[in-house]
Amino acid sequence: MGKIELTKVRKSFGDVDVIPGIDLTIENGEFVVFVGPSGCGKSTLLRLIAGLEDTTSGTIEIDGKDATNLPPAKRGLAMVFQSYALYPHMTVRKNIAFPLKMAGMDQAEQDRRVERAAKVLNLATYLDRRPGQLSGGQRQRVAIGRAIVREPAAFLFDEPLSNLDAALRVGMRQEISELHQSLKTTMIYVTHDQVEAMTMADKIVVLNAGRIEQVGAPLELYNHPRNLFVACFIGSPKMNVIEGAEAAKHNAHSIGIRPEHITVGDGPWEGVVGLSEHLGSDSFLKVAVEGIGTLTVRAPGEIHAHHGDRIRLAPAGKIHRFDAQGLAL
Amino acid sequence: MSTQSSRLAARMMVAPSVVLLLIWMIVPLAMTLYYSFRFYRLLSPDRTGWTGFTNYLWFFNSPDFWLALWNTLALVGGVLVITVTLGILIALLIDQPVKGQGLLRILVIAPFFVMPPVAASIWENLFMHPQNGLFAAVARGFGAQPILFLEQYPMLSVIGIVSWEWLPFATLILLTALQSLSSEQLEAAEMDGASAFSRFRYIILPHMTRAITVVILIQTIFLLGIFGEIFTTTQGGPGSASTTLPYMIFKQAIAAKDIGRAAAGGIIAVILANIVAYFLMRGLGRNLEN
Amino acid sequence: MARALSPRRQLITTIAAWSVALLIFFPVLWMILTSFKTEPSAVAMPPEFLSADWTLENYAEVWARSDYPRFFWNSVVISVGSTLLGLVVAVPAAWAMAFVPGRRTKDLLMWMLSTKMMPAVAVMIPLYLLFQRLGLIDTKFGLVIALMLMNLPIIVWMLYTYFKEIPGEILEAARMDGASLWNEIVHVLTPMALPGIASTMLLNIILAWNEAFWTIVLTTTKAAPLSAFIASFSAPQGLFYAKLSAASAMAILPILILGWFSQKQLVRGLTFGAVK
Repeated sequence: MGKIELTKVRKSFGDVDVIPGIDLTIENGEFVVFVGPSGCGKSTLLRLIAGLEDTTSGTIEIDGKDATNLPPAKRGLAMVFQSYALYPHMTVRKNIAFPLKMAGMDQAEQDRRVERAAKVLNLATYLDRRPGQLSGGQRQRVAIGRAIVREPAAFLFDEPLSNLDAALRVGMRQEISELHQSLKTTMIYVTHDQVEAMTMADKIVVLNAGRIEQVGAPLELYNHPRNLFVACFIGSPKMNVIEGAEAAKHNAHSIGIRPEHITVGDGPWEGVVGLSEHLGSDSFLKVAVEGIGTLTVRAPGEIHAHHGDRIRLAPAGKIHRFDAQGLAL
Repeated sequence: MSTQSSRLAARMMVAPSVVLLLIWMIVPLAMTLYYSFRFYRLLSPDRTGWTGFTNYLWFFNSPDFWLALWNTLALVGGVLVITVTLGILIALLIDQPVKGQGLLRILVIAPFFVMPPVAASIWENLFMHPQNGLFAAVARGFGAQPILFLEQYPMLSVIGIVSWEWLPFATLILLTALQSLSSEQLEAAEMDGASAFSRFRYIILPHMTRAITVVILIQTIFLLGIFGEIFTTTQGGPGSASTTLPYMIFKQAIAAKDIGRAAAGGIIAVILANIVAYFLMRGLGRNLEN
Repeated sequence: MARALSPRRQLITTIAAWSVALLIFFPVLWMILTSFKTEPSAVAMPPEFLSADWTLENYAEVWARSDYPRFFWNSVVISVGSTLLGLVVAVPAAWAMAFVPGRRTKDLLMWMLSTKMMPAVAVMIPLYLLFQRLGLIDTKFGLVIALMLMNLPIIVWMLYTYFKEIPGEILEAARMDGASLWNEIVHVLTPMALPGIASTMLLNIILAWNEAFWTIVLTTTKAAPLSAFIASFSAPQGLFYAKLSAASAMAILPILILGWFSQKQLVRGLTFGAVK
């Protein structure tokens, strides 16, 4: 079980409202990702759920029970920290067993659970090492192992992959997703990386300045961003936003069009290629278009367009329309 | 970044230390303050009563007091200057790739383990003694008259002894600070054309600021109360030449058996310590933040 | 910053460094040498080095004439006892200051240190009377309390600087793992800070061992430690240099040896977190 319900949760440090008031329901078994730029309050929100911070007002319910004032230990949640927060003086085995020992579980059951977790996480051969002797990815797995042995109501991840190098990150991302599929336990995952959010989440919560901008499935956010902020935050490279006359043609204050929804060839827009990045699979072009501004275009990998070339562009996909407040029309 | 319950727990866990120190400080201080306004001589137990500021005035009117005040500050200042300067020089020397550095450090640290009465008696008897001291032997060896250290230069002698006791502390802290300086910084400075002196002035010295601050802070705390060394060697003399404020208070209490005056002196000493502490914190507190 | 020097420069610096070190150490060395000389040899002019009359007589005599084991034992009890008691009081306080800092934490720490600036002599009489009233004069317990309070600010400060180096996330992880505050301190914080705690202990044992004001003022015979032993020895014995040196050596050697063996930890402790 692991349904978490936040009602009017507010957090302020002194006079500063970090989170002015959030309502959110996380269903049992869901993989929810909190995503947003740094300082948006996503980590604070996670720590409120964990109980590491007090809520200023509002309630947090876990499985229907009010947990707002419960200490972290009593909430039945497990957390994986950004720095892994392993106990450096304990072996991997002792690290993983620590929550079980704190719960007063008997030794045989502790051993059984540690062995099982180690097997799932490929840690069996490292059980008697200390964290200092492990690589970043292995430490990450130990932190996850320490979380899963308790069989918590939900897992909380605080930017767990940000200390890993790019290749490892992709691997760990998949491992965490697979873990979720096999455990079917609620997971709340905080990241500033929208790629992690898109690839892992059942449900994404986009946060900005302590407010929820939009909640939805990854493709829902991609296809139907509720406002300019979400539109620009989700998707890579970033959506092109065009204002002025071109937007007025579509009866909007501004319009947004994703780089992958522009084709090179014939079309209404003409411009000069500034920067061109050829990745092999794709080419990203920055094109200065008269009267519109610079557009980012995602073109096929084999395209021959280089700095200084004049090319024509055409919109070929959804054009998002926004009003003066940045809300989608 | 914390919760209400952890803040509450924190307060309860600081409480014993704070309460104990408050008692340790406030109770004797209050008693001292009380006695300082009383007539209280052990030699005339029948006379008691309030005397207003008489005890304080006695101090301010005594020429010995101003000498003692000066001696106290000279002792603190002198030892600080000597230990910090020599400490930096010795640290720079030991930091070089020298053979047997481990044993070297053991030798340098030794004076720190010598308790003040022993340190004072070693210097007084084995070194500074005009007949049997080693210094006298050296002087005679050169055909000179032995110097009467404790008679002619009592304050300087005390400063010398105390500096010897505290030199290891300063040296070791400064040496540790020096060793944490990355060689890349020095090499970069060398590439930039900095001379050895410039490297010391603009790279090494700023790097050691924090360590120097700690040396000054800790030593001042201990130096303000220096007592044993004077008690063992000069007994504050000759005359009052090496009497510091703590020693003057001690003389009033033990020799003159005038508790009231001693208490007034105690209050003056506390005020002096607070003034020193205030300037120290204002001047150096910045260096401790990180 | 060890860089290769030319052999000549290395020789010069080695000689210079060793000369300075021996100069600093010389008074201790001379005292130890003197303690093994006969009294006439100790005061011989010119001073005798190799030609001296070596003897163990002084140690035997000091041992026979004074109750050294009792002084020694009192020193051990007082310095170790006050340090352990100080740790019990200081660990929670340092935990709170390091991990739940408030706006006033720095001020509180500075206030604690400032209590050490109060000259002991200033409050000697009231404290003496207070101890007398409480029946603590000349008791080991009384000295343990006095020295514990005297060194408490230093213990708190040192522990605070060590604790601050431990990432708060690890303690939060322990909290998430269901550890109570007690378990958090016992199973996570203390083992992680063990080197720092050891340094703190060492330094405070040395400070307490060498304390020579309260130990003399507050004791007469029963609880007197080695600092009082040496003070009593130097006064009436006058110019018996060899015996005085032997007594001095007996007073400082235990702590000197402890200090030498634990030099590494001690130096870390001495830096008061000034140097990372």
